[in-house]
Amino acid sequence: MFKGLINRFSFSFLIGFTILFLILPHFLPRFYIYFFSLIFVTGLLATSLNMVLGYGGMYQFHHAVFYGVGAYTFALMLIKTNLSPIFAFIAAPIASAIIGLIMGLICVRLSKLYFGMLQISLGSLVWAIVFRWYSFTGGDNGIHGIPIPSIISSTSKAYYFTFIITLISLIVMYMIVNSPFGRIFQAIRDNPERSEAIGVNVKRHQLIGLVIAAFFGGIAGTLFVVVEGSVFPDLMFWTFSLEILIMCLLGGWFTFLGPFLGASIIVTLRTVIGIYTEYWTLVLGIILMLLIFFLPEGVLGYFTEKYKGRFKTPIVNKE
Amino acid sequence: MITLNITISGLFQQILVGLSRTTILFIVSSGMSLVLGVLRIPNVFHGSLYMIGAFLAYSFANFLGGSITGFWLALILAPLGVAFISFIVERGVFCRLYEREHLMLLLFTFAFMLVFGDLVKLIWGSDYRSLNAPAVLQGSFSIFGLPFPRYNLFLLVIGPLVAFGLWFLTNKTKIGKISRAAAVDREMVGAVGINVSWVFAFVFIIGCFLAGLGGALVAPTQNITQGMDHSIIIEAFLIVIIGGLGNIWGALLGALIFGLTDSIGILVWPQFAIVFPYIAVVTVLIFRPKGLLKSVW
Repeated sequence: MFKGLINRFSFSFLIGFTILFLILPHFLPRFYIYFFSLIFVTGLLATSLNMVLGYGGMYQFHHAVFYGVGAYTFALMLIKTNLSPIFAFIAAPIASAIIGLIMGLICVRLSKLYFGMLQISLGSLVWAIVFRWYSFTGGDNGIHGIPIPSIISSTSKAYYFTFIITLISLIVMYMIVNSPFGRIFQAIRDNPERSEAIGVNVKRHQLIGLVIAAFFGGIAGTLFVVVEGSVFPDLMFWTFSLEILIMCLLGGWFTFLGPFLGASIIVTLRTVIGIYTEYWTLVLGIILMLLIFFLPEGVLGYFTEKYKGRFKTPIVNKE
Repeated sequence: MITLNITISGLFQQILVGLSRTTILFIVSSGMSLVLGVLRIPNVFHGSLYMIGAFLAYSFANFLGGSITGFWLALILAPLGVAFISFIVERGVFCRLYEREHLMLLLFTFAFMLVFGDLVKLIWGSDYRSLNAPAVLQGSFSIFGLPFPRYNLFLLVIGPLVAFGLWFLTNKTKIGKISRAAAVDREMVGAVGINVSWVFAFVFIIGCFLAGLGGALVAPTQNITQGMDHSIIIEAFLIVIIGGLGNIWGALLGALIFGLTDSIGILVWPQFAIVFPYIAVVTVLIFRPKGLLKSVW
């Protein structure tokens, strides 16, 4: 299955990381376990955005909506229904994918900036409904104290659950971007007109890509609820969408793992700087400015470019 | 849930309230539209400038002793202060980035929004502030037996004045004509010997001045707080989109749609009043994705 997708070097790397993260909770205090779970969730979210942003070249400006819809669906299924939690886990990503499909059907006929702006307005509509529907979604207070199933409710159990789901999702996404579909997707990013000319249905591929990204965004939302135990409308506010975009940019959106790295950097910075000062967005803003000036390809993008000849990593290159 | 006991006078009152809201939205979003049309920058920190305008108006008015002249001076000085900030930002940073992709510019302005948001918190603290309008504009008078604040009437006078001023600037003055030409073809404007970079700076400053003016004008009607920037920016952005990018009359039309659906929505279904403008925006964009009026792009 992995033949040709992954070489021996990165395979041993993967195994090493998996073992490291599996034994890690035995040595760390509880706060760090929670912190790593948050990194996995955010990293998965950023990677799912990058599926359409970096690989598809679509201006997905409001990805947080899918994250929020997944989180809310999961939370509401647990609270309002008596069904087994398994159904909540299944329903949440599907709900996100359906929202993605609806938004995609409306948006994909446009391109670039117009696509992004229509998506922002649709996403804001979803946000406004959630923000005001007090009787159903809890309005601006959100929902707290969600009854997470006891097998994954403790910090370290939530950690293992988050880690395994994130790992599986990342592997599936990696396979998707390297599948024939993923290749066509990248061709569309690089030259939509030519792809159209050789018989690719551009709009349909973009729609499918968006739905897949929304699905994984929904999984990330579910994991967030597992880790945090609460949901609130800020999860799908547009500023958070831009923050995810920043994560992709920071790590480098022409690489597969870049967004994950970017998400880890942002979550770490927020936690570490948050200890010393409440002005952490000031620091984030300055870092972002420096980044756009000096490293427009992102951190991982920069190093991939620099050490291209030395490691033959299967990271997808820019062109 | 939905109770439709709308009286004519109540409707009329809400329309007036909606129109005064429209004035603020128009002033802010026309500035954004101007910047988007000529410089092609989706300026996310426009909302921060609006917030800074409100805080500056508060500080100036208090510094000048809270008298009537103090208020009027604050109304002029606050936007000028904002324009000065934007001048520094534009000459210092933005003039080097015009050739970048839209996405990069968007994120770059977002970075500025984060920085400005925290700077405001650093300078003014995170408490609520409120600014009182001068006695002439306080109180209200009745229309069809329902009270209507005097300050809102003042806003209804200011709105058309700003619209006229903008029309005059872009259509009747030389610099306005140059900037419209630069919006269409910046290289050609440069080729005839005009310093395009300074034209851009001028337009950017005018746009940001309008954001500051909107903030200063809104200050007496609501609490001045952190987070003003987040809510206004998404509204202004959507107004600019449904109006047609870079089209000032489009911004007026969009602001009307946004302001009126919001205020009439309060009559129809108060809990979901904020949803109505978004529904209007989405409806417009589904049928006319490039905006109602002609975009300059």
